[in-house]
Amino acid sequence: MEKLIVSPSPHIRSNVTTAKVMSHVMIALVPAVAAATVIFGGRALMLIGFCIAVAVVLERLCGIIMKRPDTTGDLSAAVTGLIFALNLPPTIPFWIAFIGVFFAIVITKQLFGGLGCNFANPAIVGRIVIMLSFPAAMTTWAEPFTTDITTFATPLASKSANMLDMFLGMTSGCLGETCSVALIVGGIYLCIVRVITPSAPLAFVGTVALFSFIAGEDPLYQVLSGGLLLGSIFMATDYVTTPITQTGKVIFGIGCGIITCVIRFYGSSPEGVSYAILLMNIVTPYINMLCRTRPVGAKKPKAQEGEK
Amino acid sequence: MLFSGISLDHKKGTASSQTLRLPLPKSVRIPMSQHMGTPCDPLVKVGDIVSVGQKIGDSAAFMSTPVHSSVSGRVTSIEDYLLASGKVCKAVVIETDGTQTVSDEVKPPEVSDLKSFVEAIKQSGCCGLGGAGFPTHIKLNVDIKEKPIHSLVINAAECEPYITSDCRELLESPDDVIDGIEKVMHYLEIPNCYICIEKNKPEAIKLMKEKTSNKSGIKIVSLKSSYPQGAEKVVAYSATGIVVGEGELPASKGIIVLNVSTSGFISRYLKTGMPLVEKRLTLDGDALRTPCNVFVPVGTAVSELISFADGSPEAIAKLLAGGPMMGMCLYDINTPVTKTNNAILAFTEKLAKDKSDKTACISCGRCVRACPMKLMPTELEKAYISKDKEMLRKLKINLCMNCGSCSYVCPAKRNLAETNQLAKDFIR
Repeated sequence: MEKLIVSPSPHIRSNVTTAKVMSHVMIALVPAVAAATVIFGGRALMLIGFCIAVAVVLERLCGIIMKRPDTTGDLSAAVTGLIFALNLPPTIPFWIAFIGVFFAIVITKQLFGGLGCNFANPAIVGRIVIMLSFPAAMTTWAEPFTTDITTFATPLASKSANMLDMFLGMTSGCLGETCSVALIVGGIYLCIVRVITPSAPLAFVGTVALFSFIAGEDPLYQVLSGGLLLGSIFMATDYVTTPITQTGKVIFGIGCGIITCVIRFYGSSPEGVSYAILLMNIVTPYINMLCRTRPVGAKKPKAQEGEK
Repeated sequence: MLFSGISLDHKKGTASSQTLRLPLPKSVRIPMSQHMGTPCDPLVKVGDIVSVGQKIGDSAAFMSTPVHSSVSGRVTSIEDYLLASGKVCKAVVIETDGTQTVSDEVKPPEVSDLKSFVEAIKQSGCCGLGGAGFPTHIKLNVDIKEKPIHSLVINAAECEPYITSDCRELLESPDDVIDGIEKVMHYLEIPNCYICIEKNKPEAIKLMKEKTSNKSGIKIVSLKSSYPQGAEKVVAYSATGIVVGEGELPASKGIIVLNVSTSGFISRYLKTGMPLVEKRLTLDGDALRTPCNVFVPVGTAVSELISFADGSPEAIAKLLAGGPMMGMCLYDINTPVTKTNNAILAFTEKLAKDKSDKTACISCGRCVRACPMKLMPTELEKAYISKDKEMLRKLKINLCMNCGSCSYVCPAKRNLAETNQLAKDFIR
């Protein structure tokens, strides 16, 4: 070469990229997508594909309008679309799903500065917006293995589902939340490939189980029903909107667990996972501030914890 | 583990290659600043005839160490030279005469006590051979009555990928290394020595264990292969369990850390009186067809090494002095080899170009988990971007040793280590 490349060290980089991390999350959700397709039929798969496509297109459009570089390649929009879709009832009209994705990608993510700058999990905000706006559509459940749109109670509301059915996903509910085993397999995969650490999901699920036990509810039933596993494994582990340190992640998980149970047992809504995660997203910057690491050998350790 | 680490691909392809000797180059260019501290002033003029081991640069400053000629020949010029670090210093260019006549100055020093030992080390031109180039005589010049040293830590971790020169020092001159250790232990009255070797060098560990089996006070510590195991504070902790804190020198905690090659050199110098004029270097990288270890006279142009290792200069896109994690890019293929070099790595465009796309920080926390000092590189980056001096100090930016682990693990490919260096300058 005519001229040598001069750059600051280090001169090697690991092969982990943002896009790779996101692909791992998508791979981890394959069992849940497959389960949703088997249980709720082809429409479920179409709905998931639709949400992913809309998320990616909106991300690109925002980029063009705001004159930002193309960020669809980092796959974060696709992951948001996928996770959002798994939070939908199988019978939801496509146009409502579109509104949800719009709130997730455009309002929550892009208007706050794009990847890394959103204060709340986009998929959660998207879900909450349509849940408040279209309560009827969001609580119309289909019976597994039928295409009829019938009003059918979720296990969380009926409190009478069979434990094995809930484990395998043979109950009504949102696309991705019914099949516990698929979600657990995905979570184990993410831990093995080191995309997530199990601390936040374990703290979340553990707190729910403990709280349920104390409140006189069946802990296992509470863990397997509703969106707890989907939320704790795939949304309470979102990098951007959850604490950075392990201690922070545990605090986040415990907080989510307490809020979830308070809403489930004492609130007017049967399910509280989304609200719990959203509320904890909001306090994440403060958790981060309180849970800074203590540098090795640092003098005056007190200065580490001071806030502004 | 108190200090966390990351695992890297070792790429120690040259670990079993016997050190070769570079044919004498036609000329050498010896910079007057090869150590940490004040540069030397040249003691020779153009036209002078010099011989091997003759002192050609010295300084009256405390933080300095003399420079010697590595060849015999004639001084053809004394010029300003821009070092890879960005510093300009005087460099003495010597045309070799091929005889390698040894200077009369070269004779074994008379050493009887700590004072004469330290003075001898000063005259040897020795500085920390691990890379930082801290003058060794200053490190060894401790008041042992006031502050006794309890542990000598010999750093043979060699945690950077590719580099095997310290490993070769252990395998080829284990007796020199041990003799050097015993000399330092004797004059500084140090009771314990820990030779720290990473587990990826089993042969060296085995050999050293055999050689030191009858030596009391010398222990071999096999370290987990993790980066940056060879950083001074990390290796001191791994050996002794003592944390050298912020702003402290190891000596204040009763520890002296020496590189293994420094120890071997001390022994040879005390026997022969030949100052530090030659270095063992690892030559590796995908642009070199014959990676190897080689003895090189200080001041030899890197281009000579490239042709020795069958590399073609046209294929080289990036040239490094040191390892891929902390090494420095050379801007000129004719850059002279200095005392503190331990490897020259040459990479083709395939490995040198940074192809990965930088994305926004996704707060994944990998940098926080990777940082051996338990700093928070992502927070430091934010503080630097918002030019928040107070926050940078609070987050202890000064403890960053630029090991590069944060940049290495970052999935968003952000230049965290570089930002830390800028931030350190910024708060000064």
